[in-house]
Amino acid sequence: MSSDDSVQRIERGAAFLDVRDLKVHFPTDDGLVKSVDGISFQLERGKTLGIVGESGSGKSVTSLSIMGLHKRGVAQISGQVFLDGQELVSSTPDEVRLLRGKRMAMIFQDPLSAMHPFYTVGQQIIEAYRVHNKVSKQVARKHAIEMLDRVGIPQPDKRVDAYPHQFSGGMRQRAMIAMALSCDPDLLIADEPTTALDVTVQAQILDLIRDLQREFNSAVIIITHDLGVVAELADDIQVMYAGRAIEYGTAEEIFESPQHPYTWGLLGSMPRIDRERTERLIPIKGTPPSLINVPKGCAFNPRCNYAHLNGGASETDRPELLDVGAGHKVACHLSPGERAKAWETDIKPKL
Amino acid sequence: MIVSAITFSIFYLVPRLAGATPETLATRYVGRAATEETVKLTAERLGFYDPIAVQYWNWAKGVVVGAEYDYGSGVESCPAPCLGYSFITKQPVWPELLDRIPVTLSLAAGASLLWLLAGVATGVLSALKRGSIFDRGAMIIALAGVSLPIFFTGLLSLAIFSYQLGWTLPGGSYTPFTENPVVWSQSLILPWITLAFLFSAQYARLTRAGMLETMNEDFIRTARAKGLPERTVVVRHGLRGALTPILTIFGLDVGLLLGGAVLTEKTFSLPGLGKYAVDGIVANDLPKILGVTLVAAVFIILANLVVDLLYAVIDPRVRNQ
Ligand SMILES: Nc1ncnc2c1ncn2[C@@H]1O[C@H](COP(=O)(O)OP(=O)(O)OP(=O)(O)O)[C@@H](O)[C@H]1O
Ligand code: SF4
Ligand SMILES: [Mg+2]
Repeated sequence: MSSDDSVQRIERGAAFLDVRDLKVHFPTDDGLVKSVDGISFQLERGKTLGIVGESGSGKSVTSLSIMGLHKRGVAQISGQVFLDGQELVSSTPDEVRLLRGKRMAMIFQDPLSAMHPFYTVGQQIIEAYRVHNKVSKQVARKHAIEMLDRVGIPQPDKRVDAYPHQFSGGMRQRAMIAMALSCDPDLLIADEPTTALDVTVQAQILDLIRDLQREFNSAVIIITHDLGVVAELADDIQVMYAGRAIEYGTAEEIFESPQHPYTWGLLGSMPRIDRERTERLIPIKGTPPSLINVPKGCAFNPRCNYAHLNGGASETDRPELLDVGAGHKVACHLSPGERAKAWETDIKPKL
Repeated sequence: MIVSAITFSIFYLVPRLAGATPETLATRYVGRAATEETVKLTAERLGFYDPIAVQYWNWAKGVVVGAEYDYGSGVESCPAPCLGYSFITKQPVWPELLDRIPVTLSLAAGASLLWLLAGVATGVLSALKRGSIFDRGAMIIALAGVSLPIFFTGLLSLAIFSYQLGWTLPGGSYTPFTENPVVWSQSLILPWITLAFLFSAQYARLTRAGMLETMNEDFIRTARAKGLPERTVVVRHGLRGALTPILTIFGLDVGLLLGGAVLTEKTFSLPGLGKYAVDGIVANDLPKILGVTLVAAVFIILANLVVDLLYAVIDPRVRNQ
């Protein structure tokens, strides 16, 4: 017992949120789906991490496993997740449940399907508040109205009694945010919070998330397949491919000197207003790999233009995520020289 | 209206097709010993020679404003709602129906409550423990419940619990609730259970399917993300989401049952609407049949109405359309 205790005391994680070698595998009839296969990152309060990757790269599975929302028995989860010192993977479901909504909260992609169609927006926010705060319904209702007001919903005292389907998409997402923030969580995970919304509303929601983060000083993870979304919001960015992180760095580094060919591809396919329409989108060729049969070596090699430069290593050895200076990490066999050359001559001029 | 017209036509035409003539119908009123003359006269007085539309009109008028019957020997007035007189017993149908409605009502109320609770609870547990021994066992029993006819389960339970064990009262001994609630429930417990067994099977399957679907919805994930206890997630979010089709069927089933649980009432000799209808059909007693059908139709229409209203209560998206 005592040795256990001391281990726990030492293993408190280095940051507010400290994810270490997180793996989430799903055994299925077709084989083992390695949705997340060894992810590590750290995040402090008041900071924002962007997790970027194509569809199916394991972004949602990562966030759901931090929240403890995978069914035990369905998902095989290993690794460690420290939230303010408490390890979550080895905690009991009930311990994690008590943290959910209170210390960590989540916003989902499609606010229409993510809200219960049969309860008013107010009822759903009140419920979220009252799970963790022993207050009367009246107090909780006042709090819900305040929250709606806070996220910029006009006439909150009236809208509190409306049903989700009576809200517009943007208002619904605001209501979702109000619900997620109702217990003042320290960690907010937003899984593609703007994908279902149109462009002008997207910008408003992102602004709102940024403002609220400053106000609440919470740690925020923004998950998206669109680098544009995290460009202004994120402090750090993790790029995911086939269940693994392939590049990690500050937002500035990722945008100014990206190192991984896949990140280059993402940047190339990112729509930008200041670019001519004709040369705007350079999609990454090919499709994401199956997570049951991930390509040998570097998972990106079938789609990579530079795989031939590594003397076969790209096809046989999986590149480790290595620091290339100042905490900027890359998983690629390219030598620094070749990488710099490719970036300067092939990619940068096109962006 | 339409229902009653169709009913009228069916039960008017079917005996005709089976060879009944105005004279044979009239014979039922005056008895076999009467002369052909009297029979024809009675048939005429009772309007049996009129075209079907006129007969229907007269019958419908009777329901709304009452009617007067001229038997030749005397005039009897039948106040609204007049459903006519039984061919056989010569008693007015409406008061007889009134006597029987509480029986069927008691039967339906108890049974439906039982099967709703049992069926939904089983369905929810099955869905949550999908693939477990409980789930498989429950679904096999449910299959048995759906496929075993009521006279089989009914007679079996009567044989065991009433005659062998003597725990419950044998069939045919209905006591009104107002007279003695304890005996009332004792006399009904077996029919309730038998009927509930048949129905809850269907509800268990329906609930299970609905829950399996709902528990995969995004809003369930949201509910969990709030940190709600699993029980709240299942009941307040899952079951609530899966309840709509269940309540729809429930409303219709209860409506149908109120028109007479024919087999159950027959099996347990309960003097309800169903048994009344069977007696009427066996005796080819048109006014009885018409009366029960009309009452049943009213119940079904009412049930439909209640279901529609319930829909709006349950699903706010319906309300605003
Ligand atoms: N319960 C599960 N059982 C089996 N496979 C699963 C399960 N949940 C997720 N996966 C698989 O894990 C992979 C990663 O899914 P995930 O939802 O994390 O992708 P994503 O990066 O969020 O993509 P998107 O941008 O489309 O949301 C997918 O290939 C998916 O099929
Ligand atoms: S390791 Fe090889 S295949 Fe993978 S990104 Fe680098 S160059 Fe391309
Ligand atoms: Mg996703």
